[in-house]
Amino acid sequence: MLFLRSVHTYYDSIHALKGISLHVKEGEIVTLIGANGAGKTTLLKTICGLVKPRKGSILFLGEEITDLPAESIVKKGISLVPEGRMVFSTLSVLANLEMGAFSRRKDKEQIKKDIAKLSAKFPILEERMNQLAGTLSGGEQQILAICRALMAHPKLLIFDEPSMGLSPILTKEIFKVIVGLRREGRTILLVEQNARAALQIADRGYVLETGKIILEGDTDYLLNHKEIQRAYLGKGYREVWEE
Amino acid sequence: MPIWDKKHECISRDILDQLQLERLQATLNRVYKNVAFYKKRFDALGFFPEEDLENLSDIQKLPFTTRKDLSDSYPYEMFAVPLREVVRVHSSSGTTEKPSVVGYTRLDLKIWSELVARVLSAAGVTTDDVIQVTFHYGLLTGGLGIHYGAERIGASVLPTSVGRTDRQIRIMQDYRTTVLVSTPSYALVIADRLEEMSVDIKRLNLKYAICAGEPWSEETRKEIEDRLYVRATDNYGLSEVMGPGIAGECLEQSGMHINEDHFLAEIINPDTGEVLPPGETGELVLTTLTKEAFPVIRFRTGDLCYIIEEPCPCGRTFRRISRIQGRCDDIVIIKGTNIIPERIGDIIAEIEGIRPVYQLVATRHNHHDELEIWVEVSEDLFFDKMREQRALVDTMERRIANFIGMTPRVKLVEPGSIKRVNGKVQLFVDMRPKK
Repeated sequence: MLFLRSVHTYYDSIHALKGISLHVKEGEIVTLIGANGAGKTTLLKTICGLVKPRKGSILFLGEEITDLPAESIVKKGISLVPEGRMVFSTLSVLANLEMGAFSRRKDKEQIKKDIAKLSAKFPILEERMNQLAGTLSGGEQQILAICRALMAHPKLLIFDEPSMGLSPILTKEIFKVIVGLRREGRTILLVEQNARAALQIADRGYVLETGKIILEGDTDYLLNHKEIQRAYLGKGYREVWEE
Repeated sequence: MPIWDKKHECISRDILDQLQLERLQATLNRVYKNVAFYKKRFDALGFFPEEDLENLSDIQKLPFTTRKDLSDSYPYEMFAVPLREVVRVHSSSGTTEKPSVVGYTRLDLKIWSELVARVLSAAGVTTDDVIQVTFHYGLLTGGLGIHYGAERIGASVLPTSVGRTDRQIRIMQDYRTTVLVSTPSYALVIADRLEEMSVDIKRLNLKYAICAGEPWSEETRKEIEDRLYVRATDNYGLSEVMGPGIAGECLEQSGMHINEDHFLAEIINPDTGEVLPPGETGELVLTTLTKEAFPVIRFRTGDLCYIIEEPCPCGRTFRRISRIQGRCDDIVIIKGTNIIPERIGDIIAEIEGIRPVYQLVATRHNHHDELEIWVEVSEDLFFDKMREQRALVDTMERRIANFIGMTPRVKLVEPGSIKRVNGKVQLFVDMRPKK
């Protein structure tokens, strides 16, 4: 579905992505693991068209999207659930959802139907539909951010650190939602600090280090990988060194 | 026959291209960071993996890795992980001065078992089979490599290892072996012995012979199949790259599917190094795409074959390599052991400090391959005393056996009796009947 081939992205003179190739197949959950500053968010932004790569190509559903503006990429079917949720806190929940459908704002009928469907699925939104988004709790905001992304009818949903700032219980809930979305046939690319949790729900993963991919593999392979256990799966840390 | 790992073995070619590129980039990033040998090489070329490998074909910018490079890195210089993460070490047979030492992490072993399971499955093995492995169990990869893959499938494994043919046959009869894993020549040794013992071969339970370890021919396949009442398949592996599990034939018996999600195969002209298109015969060059402990980049196998691109009726999408047609270097294969005739001279020279005129002769008696080493007697090397001569021959046999892993027969011959061609002695003569 999504193919990146040797993508290089720069912030001015800083070489942030150094020849990244990766792919996501339809119906997969693929996760990106890496330390802070490895380039995960840059990679997501590059896919979504928020920063432009200097070299390499990005194909989505067989079409080159490398040089398309972000709004066209949304129309093609890629939505981002950004890091820190970034809900419009001074707008109501309803307005937030409508913003998510901005790219097809003329389709009023359908938008109404979609909002009804989502609020049936997430009753918490229904209750707070006219509340300002800023007054929602972190978990609720995350649900809102996901629903906002869904309003664009994405085929590929990209998550940047969905568990950030959430309690373990809420994190579990959010992950359940992600798995549910895949079951509905959506394809998911997931960046997550909590590598263990991410690997548990994903099919495959890539390990990013200083802007380069150093490993790719099925998740059970990555979960058993010493270097990953040591560097990213905190819990295994002691076991690894005690051996 | 079911396909062991349909998801990968029947992967679509465009996803495979992408996967190979991703894995190659990741591998190069890792070796550049972790293996001084490759870093030095890449730096000398001004090749930076992150910049200069945009497509799979860019691998052609990189130099080849040879057995000599591996030997020079003896024992651990080319490992890409600390030794504490290595859980198994194997080494290759003594073709170079020092053997090539290869390591495996726990995950390498896991992948290795999976890949061998693919190859064995393709050759007919299922959980119901009793599989007799007559490869050497030890530092060489053949025995243990096949063993773990067969266990992964869930077959019942008989690790009989090499030799003692009568015992092999008794086990084959009593334990009701259904699959024989052997070198092609040993399969025929077994057939000979079975006939000598007047065993009714039809009453054995054998169904498949899975052969590897030396180049063989369609005629040999036919002979094995006719005499042992089995289907015989070919598979390919070498210790430097992983061991068995690199490629294997399916029951279509028309070339060995390369496990392309884990290895990148190229065929080159052995003289010029130029990459050849599919269908043209040349030297097989392999790059590992997932190995952790011992990745190799563009390793020259010395084996001659060609790539078959046409899709196979079995449904696997991996391309195939033809039978190995021979060797393009001076390596000689006897009983599955790789030998460089030049090295034998080095060993003899170590004993008394004199390098005599010698010649390796491979012979075959009833499918038994033997190695004879003819050494010309000279005044400074051989004394008149029979006893001392005998002792020296014993020492030679022992030293050589230590090095190559099989015992040769050292024969003393008269000075000048080894045939010279243009004044030069041919170091190796193959007297085995050609099929």
